[in-house]
Amino acid sequence: MRFTRGFRGRGQGARDSRLPPGQYDVGSTWPVLTAEATPKLSTETWTFKVSGLVERPTTWSWDEIHALPTSSFEGDIHCVTTWSKLGVKFTGVSVDALLAAARPLPAATHVLALGHTGYTTNLPLDDVTSGKAWVVWDYEGNPLPVEHGGPARMIVPHLYFWKSAKWVSGLELQDHNEPGFWERNGYHDHGDPWLEQRYQGD
Amino acid sequence: MATVVEVRAETANAKTFRLALPHPSIHLAGQHYIVRLTAPDGYTASRSYSVASPPDGSAEIELTVEHLPDGEVSSFLHEVVVPGDAIEVRGPIGGWFVWRGDAPALLVGGGSGVVPLMAMLRLARRSGRSDLLRLVVSARSPADLYYAAELPGPETTIVYTRATPPSWPRPVGRLNRGDLPAPIAPDATAYVCGTPGFADAATGLLADAGTPADRIRVERFGPTR
Repeated sequence: MRFTRGFRGRGQGARDSRLPPGQYDVGSTWPVLTAEATPKLSTETWTFKVSGLVERPTTWSWDEIHALPTSSFEGDIHCVTTWSKLGVKFTGVSVDALLAAARPLPAATHVLALGHTGYTTNLPLDDVTSGKAWVVWDYEGNPLPVEHGGPARMIVPHLYFWKSAKWVSGLELQDHNEPGFWERNGYHDHGDPWLEQRYQGD
Repeated sequence: MATVVEVRAETANAKTFRLALPHPSIHLAGQHYIVRLTAPDGYTASRSYSVASPPDGSAEIELTVEHLPDGEVSSFLHEVVVPGDAIEVRGPIGGWFVWRGDAPALLVGGGSGVVPLMAMLRLARRSGRSDLLRLVVSARSPADLYYAAELPGPETTIVYTRATPPSWPRPVGRLNRGDLPAPIAPDATAYVCGTPGFADAATGLLADAGTPADRIRVERFGPTR
């Protein structure tokens, strides 16, 4: 192994086993990294739509999505820029509940998550079903701050956090893989932090 | 692996590292490289740093690194690395916050956010297309301005927030709408780089000035250590 002359790292003490390789713990801070201007979205006009290869394309208003059974995620999130945030809690609705209403067609294999800003990110359908993905509006008991994607964002916490679209506006079910915003701009198609799938070619 | 060929101070807490790569760099202005440090026990730490040098077909690139007080990688680079050291780099990375040198652009940078914009300015100047760019830089004081000897010019506006040079015409203060130059073209793309607070303020000013949201590209850097 080639190591860096003089570098020992912060490795004093055991490394937290919740940290994937190459990640560090940001503690109580939460960095903000986005590629676009922060949008101002009103919950009065906010909608979330499941479209594409589904039996029943469905759009929820803010009140309608809140009427669905709530679901929480408690765990860790990992950003490709190497920070991780451990032991966080988000509450909203499971993507499973949204898809149960819209009923994906058998041909659907992938989803494109869409943001109100035009942001997109692609995911295999299997990565957003069976309790692996949520649309959330609550962070640690408070409304999700706008800079972190409020009023509502996706979270797909088992993948790098660019897959968790901020200001999410919907999911489009597709029968093929269509690279999203960062995936067209040099980042990995899948983004598993435990495999360090950061960039194209990883 | 890259070899450090030169280290020079830009300000009291920013250094530029000139690296020789094994092959000519294919980076575009605005892209970044990953620097990865590996300890003898296999522990690694990686951070992204913007390239400050323009695409010029050479095998050398310059990364300007701000020394963050508790920054694991930036502290190592600032305190340990000297010319001759081998450093693992990966890149270039990023296909969004890039300027290819052929379209009008307004660049707005705060503090170390000027680094990727400097690659764009350098590209414009070396290709004789300064007419396409305007650069507005916000710095705390003259001592905090990166590339102070090179950056001033007809394309650039410097805004000081805490202290100015003697008899500087603009009073100290945060970036405001009056600091933004008139658009050089109606379809110019704005590139904003800085802290989240700076980026939000700058994008707000651009929006107030009528810049459509889809013409604004933002690169924020957070309080990463």
